[in-house]
Amino acid sequence: MKNVYLDYAATTPMDPEVIKEIEKHYRVTYGNPSSFHKIGQNAAQILQKSREIVASLINAKTDEIFFTSSGTESDNLAIKGVAFKNKGRGNHIITSSIEHHAVQHTCQYLETQGFKVTYLPVDEYGLIDLKELEETITNKTILISIMFANNEIGTIEPIKEIGEIAKKHDVIFHTDAVQTLGKVPIDVEEMNIDLLSASAHKLYGPKGVGLLYIRGHGVRKGWGKYIEPLFHGGGHERGLRSSTENVPGIAGFAKAVELCKRNMKEESEKLIKFRDKIIKVITENIEDVYLNGHHTKRLPNNVNLGFRYIEGESIILSLDMEGIATSTGSACSSKSLEPSHVLLAIGQKPEDVHGSLRITTGRYTTEADIDYFLEKLPPIIEKLRKISPLKKGKKYTFDPTYETNHHH
Amino acid sequence: MYSEKVMDHFRNPRNMGEMKDADAVGEIGNPICGDLMYIYIKVKNNHIDDISFQTFGCGAAIATSSMITELAKGKTLDDAMKITRDDIAGSLDGLPPIKMHCSNLASDGLRKAIENYRTKQK
Repeated sequence: MKNVYLDYAATTPMDPEVIKEIEKHYRVTYGNPSSFHKIGQNAAQILQKSREIVASLINAKTDEIFFTSSGTESDNLAIKGVAFKNKGRGNHIITSSIEHHAVQHTCQYLETQGFKVTYLPVDEYGLIDLKELEETITNKTILISIMFANNEIGTIEPIKEIGEIAKKHDVIFHTDAVQTLGKVPIDVEEMNIDLLSASAHKLYGPKGVGLLYIRGHGVRKGWGKYIEPLFHGGGHERGLRSSTENVPGIAGFAKAVELCKRNMKEESEKLIKFRDKIIKVITENIEDVYLNGHHTKRLPNNVNLGFRYIEGESIILSLDMEGIATSTGSACSSKSLEPSHVLLAIGQKPEDVHGSLRITTGRYTTEADIDYFLEKLPPIIEKLRKISPLKKGKKYTFDPTYETNHHH
Repeated sequence: MYSEKVMDHFRNPRNMGEMKDADAVGEIGNPICGDLMYIYIKVKNNHIDDISFQTFGCGAAIATSSMITELAKGKTLDDAMKITRDDIAGSLDGLPPIKMHCSNLASDGLRKAIENYRTKQK
């Protein structure tokens, strides 16, 4: 059976070069970087070298890179860390309504701890309004957290402009770049980013390794130390993230970054070609389908399509039966049974949110994979539409009293 | 995540499609939650003579609607009324716990169809 992986936004397979690197360090570099002896210091050197490599990808200084266990941890450290350290300064946080749960749920938690959070709305493409952002800033605002690119619909936010606004008002700017690092160029200086989260497993590195870029390694003019650690212990990562460093994983992350840096331009050209081909062929050949997200301000590897009258889990299940791995924002496929907050935020009707299909490509995707997918999808859509009672132009009614809350 | 039986009914749904000359229709669910089911029945001598379905929903929703058409066909209306969610899930060798309630609407849909039929007969 065919095996066509089109879910690179969920995770990526590790690059063989990364696996080789990690394996080597598991064998050789077993020392604890905090140890005084040579074996420990060898590990410390690998750690330092990895920090340099990762820093160079985003134009950061080496001592501004902090390794964590995941993108989620980095988001938590950035947001809670700034909030708890700067209570005396202000209690207002601005974020968007389409953030990943790692940001959104962290902000919701902070609301229970006395913080005020503004969730900026987005337009039909998922873009925030810069004017609205600026107007929302008060003298109590300590943090703006806006994702670099959205994980579901691939929309890229105006990060440089957000950075300028944050700088102008002396507010800390955090961006969740988990979907972006390694795919589009990032320059923390040019974009005025103060904090940036990323994760190794989204760019062909290992799972369980993340990073947080922290401008000024946690010290800011006029603010002093501006981050409170989540973990207390041996004082690793300059006291901001205690825990013995995962040296082999971090070395693997650095190798993955090196490969992305080398291949980014060529890879992104290939993926944009695939992306635009999928969008073109499907919207031209299937009726009642529309693109979610922006046409051009979009990650090179993301396609998100809405198919009317059918439900997403049944689409991904049917594709899976053909050996094609994809994803959906439908409630029926999520653990919480909640429909995608991102698709609701861009103004879609709940019944349409259920019919979304996300296709994300990557390094190992081939033209043949795309053609196979494009061949298999239309009959699946046709079959599911035959099964569905919802049809074009047909009005449906339902009993609103019947278990409308059965999802909660 | 789904049993082989669920996958079989999802792949090859039985008795699928609109029944133009149905004696009654049962409609259940809500597209806002992500499920909408129509159960069509034809009744002869107080038995379910023919039955079909149309469903908007996930794999489990489609498989349970397909399964109820097999379970109900030929039964008396009284017996068909007694088919439960657990009967359907059991016949499909189980459903993931999270799907037990949200997508297992077919027995309610069938009961609604029979009730509509009986109301029409009065």
